[in-house]
Amino acid sequence: METQAFQKIYTRILQITKATISLEAKGVGYDELALVGGRLAQVVKIIGDLVTLQVFGGTEGISTSAEVVFLGKAPGLKVSDDLAGRFFNAYGEPIDGGPAVEGSEVEIGGPSVNPVQRKKPSNMIFTGIAGIDMNNSLVTGQKIPFFADPDQPYNQVMAIVALRAKADKIILGGMGLTNDDYLFYRNIFDNAGALDRIISFVNTTEDPPVERLLIPDMALTAAEYFAVEKNETVLVLLTDMTLYADALSIVSNRMDQIPSKDSMPGSLYSDLAKIYEKAVQFPSGGSITIIAVTTLSGGDITHAIPDNTGYITEGQLFLRRDTDIAKVIVDPFRSLSRLKQNVIGKDTRHDHAQVMNAAIKLYAEAANAKTKLENGFDLSEFDVRALDFAREYSNDLLAIDVNIGAVEMLDNTWKLFAKYFSPAEVGIKKEFVDKFWPNGK
Amino acid sequence: MTKGTVTGIIANLVIVEVDGPVSQNEICFIQLGKTRLMAEVIKVIGKNAYVQVFESTRNLRVGNLVEFAGHMLEVSLGPGILSKNYDGLQNDLNKMEGVFLKRGEYTNPLEDDKKWHFKPLAKAGDLVEAGTWLGEVTENWIPHKIMVPFKFQGKFTIKTMVSAGEYTIHETIAVLSDSEGKEHKVTMVQKWPVKIAIRAYKEKPRPFNMMETGIRCIDSLNPIVEGGTGFTPGPFGTGKTVLQHALSKHAEADMIVVAACGERANEVVEIFTEFPELDDPRSGRKLIERTTIIANTSNMPVAAREASVYTAMTIAEYYRSMGLRILLLADSTSRWAQALREMSNRMEELPGQDAYPMDLPAIISNFYSRAGYVYLNNGQTGSITFIGAVSPAGGNLKEPVTESTKKAARCFYALSQQRADSKRYPAVDPIESYSKYLEYDEFIEYLNENVSKEWLGQLLFAKNLLIRGKEAYEQINILGDDGVPVDYHLRFWKSEVFDFVILQQDAFDKIDSSTPIERQKYMMDKVISITKTNLNFDSFEEVNKYFRRIINVLKQMNYSVFLSEDFRKFEAELEEILKERRIS
Ligand SMILES: Nc1ncnc2c1ncn2[C@@H]1O[C@H](COP(=O)(O)OP(=O)(O)OP(=O)(O)O)[C@@H](O)[C@H]1O
Ligand SMILES: [Mg+2]
Repeated sequence: METQAFQKIYTRILQITKATISLEAKGVGYDELALVGGRLAQVVKIIGDLVTLQVFGGTEGISTSAEVVFLGKAPGLKVSDDLAGRFFNAYGEPIDGGPAVEGSEVEIGGPSVNPVQRKKPSNMIFTGIAGIDMNNSLVTGQKIPFFADPDQPYNQVMAIVALRAKADKIILGGMGLTNDDYLFYRNIFDNAGALDRIISFVNTTEDPPVERLLIPDMALTAAEYFAVEKNETVLVLLTDMTLYADALSIVSNRMDQIPSKDSMPGSLYSDLAKIYEKAVQFPSGGSITIIAVTTLSGGDITHAIPDNTGYITEGQLFLRRDTDIAKVIVDPFRSLSRLKQNVIGKDTRHDHAQVMNAAIKLYAEAANAKTKLENGFDLSEFDVRALDFAREYSNDLLAIDVNIGAVEMLDNTWKLFAKYFSPAEVGIKKEFVDKFWPNGK
Repeated sequence: MTKGTVTGIIANLVIVEVDGPVSQNEICFIQLGKTRLMAEVIKVIGKNAYVQVFESTRNLRVGNLVEFAGHMLEVSLGPGILSKNYDGLQNDLNKMEGVFLKRGEYTNPLEDDKKWHFKPLAKAGDLVEAGTWLGEVTENWIPHKIMVPFKFQGKFTIKTMVSAGEYTIHETIAVLSDSEGKEHKVTMVQKWPVKIAIRAYKEKPRPFNMMETGIRCIDSLNPIVEGGTGFTPGPFGTGKTVLQHALSKHAEADMIVVAACGERANEVVEIFTEFPELDDPRSGRKLIERTTIIANTSNMPVAAREASVYTAMTIAEYYRSMGLRILLLADSTSRWAQALREMSNRMEELPGQDAYPMDLPAIISNFYSRAGYVYLNNGQTGSITFIGAVSPAGGNLKEPVTESTKKAARCFYALSQQRADSKRYPAVDPIESYSKYLEYDEFIEYLNENVSKEWLGQLLFAKNLLIRGKEAYEQINILGDDGVPVDYHLRFWKSEVFDFVILQQDAFDKIDSSTPIERQKYMMDKVISITKTNLNFDSFEEVNKYFRRIINVLKQMNYSVFLSEDFRKFEAELEEILKERRIS
């Protein structure tokens, strides 16, 4: 970013913390960008002449005499079709060796869609992963995170989902991504021949953490361009939102704000909601779907980051290693897609809802039986059948390596019902049992 | 009017140096180029007014000019509110242009030019006071009363009254003279500050009428009353919003005010899309015709979110003064409390528990106290039943918002993670939850006379059944299936029948989603008689299998049209199953 001749240059910084600097300056706009010793910074507080800026690159080595130049604008991104296929850093600058993108500059973190201008999301995204399609069907315009422990293969599953989703554009917002994971995404998209549909904004573990704060807004500004201007279906992948929230807390703690739960800023809910609520289905056909990753520490979902996320997103996907079948599955208990009722039985066969619920209830019975077993009690004959059912159900439907169609997943579940249970034990509406129970029982 | 200039900006908290008097909660407008940003005074120290801006403050500068409005945040009350979609400040969302919300765009909540057919209900010479019905217009299907403005203090005499005819909301329909003979014109629209309760009623007794909700775990276990208060705390994903939507569709009320306060936009869109299609069985009209939506979703400005619940409550109070029964729903009041917390943090106030403002309990109880059943000055009755969703951080009910709300609301419908995980919807925990109204003599009398003499007894029987079932279940888990007498299994399964058939209810099934009280009584009788039937079993495995069959048939009944051929068929099947093991 270049400074212009007429801009006033300040050289007396009064206060420096890890993420912020303060100085006396006049005529500064709230949210305005500045360069502090050549690093990009943004105004976060103005009291009289005292202006506080958060320095995205961190303040290491910044001197009290460093040059501060205000740029007279909020952070923005130049948008045009040329974004497609390109890789950028948190500031929207190319990191793929290509030229800068020409286009009209749009402020990031722009206004919200008027709720009455939204359309009810109602197009299912088929992923082939039955643990998602059957129990947690995804819908265009939805926002949903993976809640995952750091050792789980969430990036892989997310990449599969993205590639199978048939989106016009896939926008990757990488925050604190390891270089290996960044290359993983690049390769998998490249191998799928999808690079021209991908746009990436990446902050790796090597980059300063506060820069991450720009990533979601950059990614979503690009998404809005394609969804609104081009009526495209856009899928935005945000990984890892926990690192984003950590960056928020760094800045707010440096500004002496009173932290609320888990040292997070009191505004965490609103901050995250502003990002996730950018997911939208427009009546014109364009849509923005957000699939995110929120890593957990020790599986704790009551921590402020997953907790606030859960209250904002339309469900969450949990991965779990099922030791009985030695595979990773989509956990049917803790996973939930809130929008599934918009599509199941509509974009899928009409027995879907009942089959889904019945299978999960039986799976829960199996879980109870397992607890019994672990506590050293005898199993009833029903318990034994439930356990057998659960093992097959887990392997044939819940495992993340499953790739089947929406009819097949229902048929396969009916087969398992019939193999292990009587219709009364399954407890599905009679009209469906009459129609779909194998051997017409 | 007082003017000022901006001297400080911290997110949406702006400090303004003023040149004259300002009052707490006064509205002001900050001039930013061609747009005016609305804000509210929340603290004053000397010449500095601290204002919370209802918009993004991007590009705001020190030195920007501010104009104070001389009044608090007010809403416009008059015909035309029904079926509207407002934001938290009562801007009509449908009148806004473009796909995106524009900063500083404020739209008219009512229609200036629309003519309403006005019929006088009072005549010249009548003595009137704030809230007196002067006339009425028909709004959708509601007889919308035009009242003496609530701001009018004391007694007035009607000087002139227009004759029946077509008028716009701004035309004078009556002229009143006060005790000093001063004349006051009355139109069909009036303004009222949202943070102040409308008290144009004679008396607020303890509520006693049951409000039928069609939701069995409420009506058949912990019923709520017309004019009552309740809240539904629950971790994310346990069904608060589904429950609120079910209430808004099926509850027995003349008008529904839905405050979507800091929650998902897609959930509001669901109402926008569904309600114009769904029938209201009572009026035969579409549900949207009895509904007003205040949508201040989570991505909309935080300060306006705080205002949104008050806007909703004030609209409800206005309609209650017309003698109507209002159901007010707010999803979620925790977001409102968080908005308060954000501001309190920015003002560097001394924080209370979890960094919430110290006076949070008072703010919450003050809000809940605005609900209630009232006798109007003309002897008619009206009510606001308020049910708020609460989103406890970490699902922990010991957090400040839940605890403060528990002190204020009389019905507690706790949504349990465990029930939600096992898809036992609605996930209202039947043992933790309660309705304080069951202790009200006047309510018990109402139940005896209007529902049935047995109803209360049956509710209490069912509660006991559930507790005993739970105890039996715990014993079975400790001692093993074989380690307890068969009787324990029987006890457990009887409670399961009640759970599966009465408590669990599929919000997305056409028939099961709402159960009229007649049907609830029928099923209650049925289930209770089953649990009282002496059945004979030799082993727990028999109990297990047998009750699964019973539950299955009863559920099929729930899915069938009441008393239809199918329903009767399943009922007969049930009778057959019972015969197998009944000990006569
Ligand atoms: N009565 C019900 N019948 C069937 N499904 C239900 C019922 N109640 C809840 N669900 C299921 O649970 C999901 C979550 O419910 P809901 O959105 O109401 O949760 P919530 O408590 O409002 O969560 P949040 O706090 O995150 O807003 C729904 O999408 C639906 O799948
Ligand atoms: Mg909800």
